[in-house]
Amino acid sequence: MPDRPTTPATPERRKPVLQREGWGITGTNPLALLAKIIGLGLVLAIAVALAGPLLADGRWVLFGVLVASTLLVLAVYVQPYRIPPKYLLPGLAFLLVFQVVPVLLTITTAFTNFGDGHRGPKEDAIVSIESSSVQRTADSIDYVLTVAAKGPTPDGKLVFLLTDPATRQVQIGTADGLTPAPDAQVGTTGKVTELPGYTVLDIGQASARAKDIENLSVPTARGAIRASGVSRAYEGSKTRSYAPQCDCITDKATGQTWTADPKTGYFVSSTGDRLPQGWRVNVGLGNFQRLFADPVLGKHFTGMIIWNFVFALAVVFGTFAVGLLIALALNNPLVRGLKFYRVLIVLPYAMPSFAMLLVWRDMFNQDFGLVNQLLGTDLNWFGDATLAKLAVITIQFWLGYPYMFLVTTGALQSIPSDLTEAAAVDGASRWLAFRTVTLPLLLVSTAPLLIASFSFNFNNYNAIGLTTEGGPFPPDSPTAGGTDLLISYTYRLAFGAGGAQYGFAAAVSLVIFLIVATVSVIGFRRTAVLEEIN
Amino acid sequence: MADTTTTPVVLGSAQGSWFARVGWRHLVAIAAVLFSLFPIVFVVSAAFNPLGTLSSTSLVPTRLSTENFSNLLTRTEFRSWFLNSVVIAVVSAFAAVFLSALAAYAFSRYRFKGRRPGLMFLLLVQMFPQFLAIVTIYIMFTTITELYPRIGFNTYWGLILLYMGGALGANTWLMKGFFDTIPKDLDESAKVDGATHTQVFFGVILPLVTPILAVTGLLSFIQTINEFLMANVFLTAQDAKTLAVGLFGLVQGDRANTNFGMFAAGTLLTAIPTVVLFYTLQRYIVGGLTAGAVKG
Repeated sequence: MPDRPTTPATPERRKPVLQREGWGITGTNPLALLAKIIGLGLVLAIAVALAGPLLADGRWVLFGVLVASTLLVLAVYVQPYRIPPKYLLPGLAFLLVFQVVPVLLTITTAFTNFGDGHRGPKEDAIVSIESSSVQRTADSIDYVLTVAAKGPTPDGKLVFLLTDPATRQVQIGTADGLTPAPDAQVGTTGKVTELPGYTVLDIGQASARAKDIENLSVPTARGAIRASGVSRAYEGSKTRSYAPQCDCITDKATGQTWTADPKTGYFVSSTGDRLPQGWRVNVGLGNFQRLFADPVLGKHFTGMIIWNFVFALAVVFGTFAVGLLIALALNNPLVRGLKFYRVLIVLPYAMPSFAMLLVWRDMFNQDFGLVNQLLGTDLNWFGDATLAKLAVITIQFWLGYPYMFLVTTGALQSIPSDLTEAAAVDGASRWLAFRTVTLPLLLVSTAPLLIASFSFNFNNYNAIGLTTEGGPFPPDSPTAGGTDLLISYTYRLAFGAGGAQYGFAAAVSLVIFLIVATVSVIGFRRTAVLEEIN
Repeated sequence: MADTTTTPVVLGSAQGSWFARVGWRHLVAIAAVLFSLFPIVFVVSAAFNPLGTLSSTSLVPTRLSTENFSNLLTRTEFRSWFLNSVVIAVVSAFAAVFLSALAAYAFSRYRFKGRRPGLMFLLLVQMFPQFLAIVTIYIMFTTITELYPRIGFNTYWGLILLYMGGALGANTWLMKGFFDTIPKDLDESAKVDGATHTQVFFGVILPLVTPILAVTGLLSFIQTINEFLMANVFLTAQDAKTLAVGLFGLVQGDRANTNFGMFAAGTLLTAIPTVVLFYTLQRYIVGGLTAGAVKG
């Protein structure tokens, strides 16, 4: 750090300063002490508020983490000697909880088959198989059902409030089993009208969650309780059951068995049929093998990586070149209306980009779009892979070049004019002076921004998700479209209509990270080289 | 520029024809202005188009009406979307600026164990964009919603907390570079006068780094207003949506044509806060970005 005025921080010098910083008590400022007490009090209050639900739910691990982190916070701010942690902790705490931990979990997920059909451990799969095989029998017990959600809003976790018609006792049914609810208010029909801590859903709200209601089955000793409509529930007996001796599921009615396969996380019958409910298993590098080695997907995936690079590089260099050209053109006080030009050129950068992406999408509409109108063509822009690629690059170019114009304008103005003048005195042509003096200096100050722009555009979900949505899709590859970037592909894998494949999506995320990190590291190395030139 | 290769650069002197000196500059500028403006003109034209459909919208409006605006305000939840977006973006921007300024102060002013690895770590984490972990975040917030519905899905706080997790990365580097340009003698002399580190931070440093605070705040605000991916997963209730999620829903699927006028009106209204803020703070942007970028 040669640009910093260096003051040698010797221990002799620092010590008296540190002592004064102390508790804040030795200082003359009681306000600071008060602020500190209030701040730490707030931290404690938040910790207590967070602890309540954890204790009520019996989540001991999370509770332990909460206690430990609260103690850490108190320790950092009460101790007087180490100053940096006091300033780093707030940001780092959020970074850790909402970014680092999710990222690490994502990385571990990449080696599993986590997703629809493989959500939880094997025990959950067994419970789910057994309780979904529940059938109504002649001796089934009927309950009056009230559908409710945990918490103050109707979109909390769905629960069944079950009223026994004979005793009018209410029980709360969840996927974990039954718990009594003595506080429930029961109406004349047997329906629960009110229960503290829960929101009773009306018919409309309940029908909006019909799928959740259909899927919820409350395990009981005899079998399970399932809903029949939104007002009735019955306790039936299960027809399929798990036997640990053979590690298999047997159907009582047909006698068919399905044996557990620990490799794929499925129960498989002798004929190769799988039960839909599986469990989460470690698949090692299976997800990555599928990405690169699968004959159909492998081909599309390599193409997608190449297109991802083309998109990011075309946008970065296109916007930089044009932004620089305009900046050079306007970097001359002889041009009248300079300010006026600048304000208007920069406007796309100030407009809300999500909305302008959608506007551009509609401007490329084949039938009513402005682009076909202006060009006098009738092209199906998003229907053809090449045209669609051209379109999304154009759109992102429009959004991005004002930023590069701004940045290069600033960088040009900070280059001392005596340098270019000296080049001119030496007889260099304008082009030579630009190439050998202006451009290298410009790159030093803008290279980090170019790298940042690359990594932003490499993962520019909005540019695809709000325009082509990845399309057009080739007939042999309904999931990987012609304009799909890795990030939009990942998003579809995890949240798309084809069912959630979280493990697989996480594997793609990891590939993205490796690519972006490699490119950035190389980029920053090159930048360091550039800086040394100076 | 091929034709200018043989002309020597003599700054300040009037050589060559008017076109070679100034004229071409106007041509480039006018072309850029036209390219920048035509989609925006189209939006304005669509917003005031009384028919309100995409197919009936042309580049230059033929008749003017404010029907799209009144429809937008009465038939959709636009008011809530607007309020949600502004609240979330303002709070997130302030939080991001504050958190990164704290961290940048420590990195710029103190030498401690783990300083360099810490800076490198921030750079690395930033390369793994938060939304790549969206699956895990989604699962995490499912649990949070069950335990603490107030900071879960469909709330301001859930999304703000999440955005705060991504606040440090790029901003800290940008700010640290700027903090480094403030002479250290200033805080040393304040300390000799008896100021605590807190007083140095709030009283000496912060007032001197206002430009970079403005820049990071503005960038964070614009980024949050435009954030779609996570907001779309987090906010599903109509009245909890942000502008990005809500307006996207307006022109999704086969509604693209019929709702286009309303959507364009919404775009113009959304542009007001960002454009105003952008032009107010514009003079800081260029300096702030490049000053922070070159410092290690």
